[in-house]
Amino acid sequence: MKKHPALKYFRMDRPGIPHLWCPGCGIGQIWYYTVKAIDELNLDPDKVLWVGGSGCTGRMCTYWNRDYMHTLHGRPLGFASGVKLAKPELTVICHMGDGETAAIGGNHLIQTARRNVDITAICVNNFNYGMTGGQFSPTTPLKGITMTSPTGNIEQNFDLCNLVKTCGANYVARWTTAHPNQAINSIKNGIINKGFAFIEIISQCPTQYGRRNRLGNGVNMMKWFRENSVTLEKSKNMNEEEIRTKFIVGVFVDRENPEWVSSLREIAHTRSLNWK
Amino acid sequence: MQGDDACVEGAIAASCNLFAGYPITPATEISVRMSNRLFDVGGIFVQGADELDSLAIVIGAVWGGWKAMTATSGNGICLMQENIGYAAMTETPCVIADIQRAGPGTGAATKAMQGDVYQIRYGSNADYSIIALAPNSPQEMFDLTVKAFNLSETYRVPTFILSDEIIGHMREKVVIPEAEEVCIVKRKEPDVELENFLPFKSEYDTDVPPMPAFGDGYRMPVSGFSRTETGAPSVDFEVHEKLVTRLWNKVEKNADKIIEVEQNWVEDSDVIVLSYGSTARAAYEAVLKARKEGIKAGFSRLITIWPFPDKYVKTLAENVKVIMVPEMNMGKIVREVQRAAEGLAKVVSFPKPGINIHTPDEIKREIRRITG
Repeated sequence: MKKHPALKYFRMDRPGIPHLWCPGCGIGQIWYYTVKAIDELNLDPDKVLWVGGSGCTGRMCTYWNRDYMHTLHGRPLGFASGVKLAKPELTVICHMGDGETAAIGGNHLIQTARRNVDITAICVNNFNYGMTGGQFSPTTPLKGITMTSPTGNIEQNFDLCNLVKTCGANYVARWTTAHPNQAINSIKNGIINKGFAFIEIISQCPTQYGRRNRLGNGVNMMKWFRENSVTLEKSKNMNEEEIRTKFIVGVFVDRENPEWVSSLREIAHTRSLNWK
Repeated sequence: MQGDDACVEGAIAASCNLFAGYPITPATEISVRMSNRLFDVGGIFVQGADELDSLAIVIGAVWGGWKAMTATSGNGICLMQENIGYAAMTETPCVIADIQRAGPGTGAATKAMQGDVYQIRYGSNADYSIIALAPNSPQEMFDLTVKAFNLSETYRVPTFILSDEIIGHMREKVVIPEAEEVCIVKRKEPDVELENFLPFKSEYDTDVPPMPAFGDGYRMPVSGFSRTETGAPSVDFEVHEKLVTRLWNKVEKNADKIIEVEQNWVEDSDVIVLSYGSTARAAYEAVLKARKEGIKAGFSRLITIWPFPDKYVKTLAENVKVIMVPEMNMGKIVREVQRAAEGLAKVVSFPKPGINIHTPDEIKREIRRITG
C-alpha cells in the first residue's frame, strides 16, 4: 500500500492515533499543506521548528516529528520570536486558532506583525473555539450560532488580514481549505519571505460550527467556502453589503520591509566589533 | 554603582545573551543599562510588548540555546505567572529579577516592599519548584545574578533575584572580578545519539534531564502538557505523579547544595533577628546596637529564600529562645520560620507593610521588648 506522503513527518506515538481531530475537520488538510510546502522547498526538516498554542490548532505542532514548541494559549508568537532571535537559521512556523490569534493573543499578533519578525504564522480560522465545545470567537460571522451565542453572534467579525497588513507584516494572504494549491503556495512564499508572513486559512469545523449552523459535513462546508469566495481583485468592485457574506481570498501584501531579528543581530554585531 | 546596574553587569559576567523586559518602576534601570551594555558584548536587548511577551521571548531564546533573563516588579510578576508555570513545566532555565515595590495593586511604585515572597514561589498554578535569592547590596546584585544564572542552568528552573527598590536604587562600591575569575555554569546537553535520546529522562543524581537546543537534531518535543519521558502528552496518573514529583524534588532534594545563609553571634544569643534583603541591613545595625547594650542578640540573614532553609532554621530554633522576623510586609517569611522551627523556639513577627523600611532603632526596641 502506498504511504501518505505526510506520514514521514508524523509522530505516531501521540494520543488519539492517528490524531485527535474530528472526522471532516480541516486541520488535517492544513497540516498537510504545511509539510507539503516544507517538502517542496526542500527544507531540512531538522531545521524547521513548529510552534503552537493551545486548542485544536495548537495541537498541530505536537504531531510534527522534529523540534516543536507547544506553548500557551494565544502566545506562541512571543516564544517563536525568542527562538528566532537565538537561532535565525531555523524556519519557524506557527499555527494558531482564530480564538487565540484574534482574542487572547491579539496583542502578540499586532506586535509580531509590527516588528516584522521572520515567522510564518498560519491562522486556522474555523469561526469558533472547537476544543472547548464551540464558543464564538472574534472571527465568528455575524448571526453565527455557537454554544455561547445561541441566538446568533452580535459582535462584528475581525478581518485579520487587513489588521496584520496595517501592522506592517511583509506577507499576508487568505485562502480556504477549498483552495489547497493556493494555500500551499502562500505557505511557501511566506517561508521564503524574510519577514512576518500571515496566512489565514478558513477551515471547516463540522462538529461544532457546521452542526450548529446547519452547514452540513466537511465536504459541504468546503463547497460553501468555494461558492462564497471572491478574489481580492473582484472584491474591489463590490459594495460593503455584498462583501459581508463572502470570503475574500488572495495575497493582500507581499513586500520586503526590514526584518526584526536581522536588524537586532546587526546592531549586536556592529556594536560588539566597535566595543572590542 | 546602582544595584539595578550591578544586576546587568552580573548577567553579562554570567554570559547572558538576551534580555527582554517591559518598563516598570523600580526595575526600569535594568532595561536601560541592558539596552546599551548587552549589544556591546554581542547580546540582544528586546523591549517586550508587555511582561507576557517579555518572558515568552526569554523562554524561546533559551530553547534556542541562549541564556536569557527579564526584570520586573510585583505587578509584572502577576502578569508573568502563566509563563513562569510554563517555564517550570518545560524545565526552562531562565532568570527573573524582581525589584519589589510597595503594593498591593499599583501601590507605591517608587517605594520598596518585600511583598512578592509568596507570589514568586506559589503564583502559577499547581506544584513546581523555583529558586530565589535575596541580595542586600549592589555587590550582591552582581554576585547573586551570576549565581542565579548558574543555579538556573544546573537545575533547569526559573530562578529569581528577589530584590527591592532600596537595593535596586542603592549606590555602593561594586567589585567586578576579571572574567576568568567568574565561575560560569552551562546546562548539561545530551551526549547520546538521537535513537537513544529520551527528552525528559532525568539523571539519577540530580533529577535534571540534559537539555538540547532547537536545531541540534534531537527533535525536541517541548510542551506544557503532562508528559512521559519521551515527551508524549499523557493524562495517566502514574506518569503525572512521577513528573510532578521530580519537578518538585529537583530543587527540594538538592536544597543543601543550593542554600546560602549569613549569620553572626548566633552561638551565645537568646534572641535571633532573622531577615533578608534590605531589611537585613537595618537588622544587622540593630543587633550590633543591642549587643553593645548587653543584650544577647544574634543575626541571621537568608540569602536563599526558596528553597526555604528548613534544616537551618530548625537548628537555630534548637539553640535560642526567640526568633524575631522583621520584614517589609505583613508577615510572610515568618510563617515559613514558624513551620521550620517546629515549636522549638518562639517565633515573633515584626511586620511593616512597605514604603518605609524598619529603622535599626525600631528593631532594637523590639528586641529589648521581647527580651524584657
